Amino acid sequence: MSLERPDRVDDDAVERTPDELEALLGDLVVDRDDHLNAPGFVIRPDTVQETLRTLKEQAGYDHLSVVSAQEYENRYESIYHLKKYDDPTQEVSIVVPADKDDPVSESAEPVFRTADWHEREAYDLIGIEYDDHPDLRRILLPETWQGHPLSMDYDKDRPQIATLPEHANPLEDHHKDAESDTMFLNIGPHHPATHGVLHLKTVLDGEQVADVEPDIGYLHRSEEQMAQSGTYRHQIMPYPDRWDYISAGLLNEWAYARAAEDLADIEVPEYAQVIRTMGAEMCRIAAHMLALATFALDINGDFTATFMYAINDRERVQNLLEDLTGQRLMFNYFRLGGVVWDLPEPREEFFSKTRDFLDQPPESVEEYHNLITSNEVFQMRTIDTGILPPEVAKNYGATGPVARGSGVDYDLRRDDPYGYYDELDWDVVTEDGGDNFSRLLVRMREVEESAKIIEQCVDLLEDWPEDERNIQANVPRTLRPDDDTEIYRAVEGAKGELGIYIRADGTDKPARFKIRSPCFSNLQTLPEMANGEYIPDVIAALGSLDVVLGEVDR
Amino acid sequence: MSSDQPFITDESQVVTETRDARMTGQGDRFNSRLREAFGSSPFILTKFDKFLNWCRGSSMFMLQFGIACCSIEMMHTYAVKHDLDRFGSGVPRASPRQADVMIVPGTIVSKFAPRMKRVYDQMPEPKFVVGMGSCTISGGPFQEGYNVIKGAEEVIPIDIHVPGCPPRPEALVYGVVKLQERVANGEAAPVTVKPYELEEFSDLERDELVDKLADQIDDDELVMRYNFADSP
Ligand code: SF4
Repeated sequence: MSLERPDRVDDDAVERTPDELEALLGDLVVDRDDHLNAPGFVIRPDTVQETLRTLKEQAGYDHLSVVSAQEYENRYESIYHLKKYDDPTQEVSIVVPADKDDPVSESAEPVFRTADWHEREAYDLIGIEYDDHPDLRRILLPETWQGHPLSMDYDKDRPQIATLPEHANPLEDHHKDAESDTMFLNIGPHHPATHGVLHLKTVLDGEQVADVEPDIGYLHRSEEQMAQSGTYRHQIMPYPDRWDYISAGLLNEWAYARAAEDLADIEVPEYAQVIRTMGAEMCRIAAHMLALATFALDINGDFTATFMYAINDRERVQNLLEDLTGQRLMFNYFRLGGVVWDLPEPREEFFSKTRDFLDQPPESVEEYHNLITSNEVFQMRTIDTGILPPEVAKNYGATGPVARGSGVDYDLRRDDPYGYYDELDWDVVTEDGGDNFSRLLVRMREVEESAKIIEQCVDLLEDWPEDERNIQANVPRTLRPDDDTEIYRAVEGAKGELGIYIRADGTDKPARFKIRSPCFSNLQTLPEMANGEYIPDVIAALGSLDVVLGEVDR
Repeated sequence: MSSDQPFITDESQVVTETRDARMTGQGDRFNSRLREAFGSSPFILTKFDKFLNWCRGSSMFMLQFGIACCSIEMMHTYAVKHDLDRFGSGVPRASPRQADVMIVPGTIVSKFAPRMKRVYDQMPEPKFVVGMGSCTISGGPFQEGYNVIKGAEEVIPIDIHVPGCPPRPEALVYGVVKLQERVANGEAAPVTVKPYELEEFSDLERDELVDKLADQIDDDELVMRYNFADSP
């Protein structure tokens, strides 16, 4: 691997047992609270930075996946889920209880930049305050919102007021003084280049970007609340389709399925795993195709050639997915313990259609390279712009094609295998450039890898013995995982590590359901790439991040 | 060419009807079949409004406006295979000031509703709205959400609702064509006062909430007030 860090302590990747970790942390640990996926250490709310720094620097836990916060009857709690980029199966949870009446806890932002947004979200939705946080404001809800919607005493019927501050005059006096002559520019929330409803508050100095701040929450649809009010067995599964809605439905469903199956100890039949793997990779192709289409749209600015080509290819995949699942976009195809139905009959026809689709990539990839990557204008706009160094990417918790475009070799399909991926022959794609072009290349090459995976799945499915075509395990009608079991599980979604944290409380609905969205963390890197660059480069960087606002805001 | 002869066009190979017709001023390039069908009279008699509505319905500019999942299917509707352009309404305009029709493709949440209202206000009259998907009808799958507006009709008038989650592109095409029919017939949803309007903060009725926010919001700032208790 090319990403060896010079300062790496040699025993970084060495797995430590929970007891060794406890010894390492010493007095910092006040209690143990193990989760199904990882050992959990309870610490005091004023030792967060010290604990995380020890784990990061001395034990190599360099990836803060997510901060999930929640309120109990007698306390608040923030959980820091840590992993290693080199081996994501090594996990540890740091549990930080906070006082019920005065929930304050130390911020982890100085240790992990990514904690900035995650803690703002926890403050916004749950109401925990973070000491030492650089900018503790609401992030998803309007700033004038009253109450914290996922806290226990929230009244959902109370009236609320939202403001429209964006009509402020950009040339107002306060942007002009003796030292500076900057201009404030709103990009979005209704703007074709923001891929949805994202708002970028940009401060320009001439044509250069002095500061850009993504303002999100324009599509915050209360996804976590929806999941917390649904039953495990059937009512939650339709929602994942709507997180990353770029046809990445099956990948998202898998995130929920994986977490819930591990929570309730359900074994998925192999045949269903192969179908899942195949469907998920089809989704990945569709998702990457749209990323490519809109990226070309942003860069070349035409609503024609590349866009139409890519949409055409998406239509083909969507046809296959529709044959398989019955829907074009919101598949709702996975069930806990398997998939809802078998391959469409006649199977031969489905297989031959799929093979037709797979036969065509080499040419179409060639076409895309002619259209985009070998286009000089395109290269000028994307090569060496929007650079994201690997260390910065890790600090921000970037995953997926964004991290792999910066040379961070991290792909949960290989590193934390699930489904049928570890039986198949495929490669993780990385590029070392770290610029807009590399991220695009990663996606284009991943499409080819996905095609390889699908092909192997089709081979397997064709020859699968007739009497072993078991699509669903036996799962009880109502699932009631044990009280106070907690789990965090992630899969490789189209945009990166899509993780779910669930806390069960003995009922048939999750007590806390937290979604770790890859786009949320990826989008946070935008200022790093854009500050100091020209405004067209911001658009290019945003396009290459390929965020989907449904998943950023949830 | 090997010889040093100058390049000479073979006039006999060139189709020159158009040029000739133009030169003699007798071109019928602008003559349509339709015109011929009217026979000898070059005039038609119709009501001005009817004619104008027919024109409006036959050429509509859509606002390029994506909100949530439904916008993915909306993009597919514009693009190859479904090609909304076939029906005379496939030109997405990025600016609301150039658009006639707004397709609202997705869930509207508290933070976005004021912006959507603003974008709608920026469109020139006459303007029309297609509500795409269950979310714009009632909040759809997210109706129970603490932050979700229960349908676009709470904020702006909607002419056509296309149900589905998401509606297939075919359904959207059908909806748009229905809208064209309505426009051609001169029908549009009445513009009425909606439950959620943009107003200046100082115009809000004073109550506990307003008092509380008084030092956070300027008097002339535009705000939208949500009464979630009364929403459908
Ligand atoms: S109607 Fe369904 S598909 Fe459309 S925006 Fe709402 S949830 Fe998404």
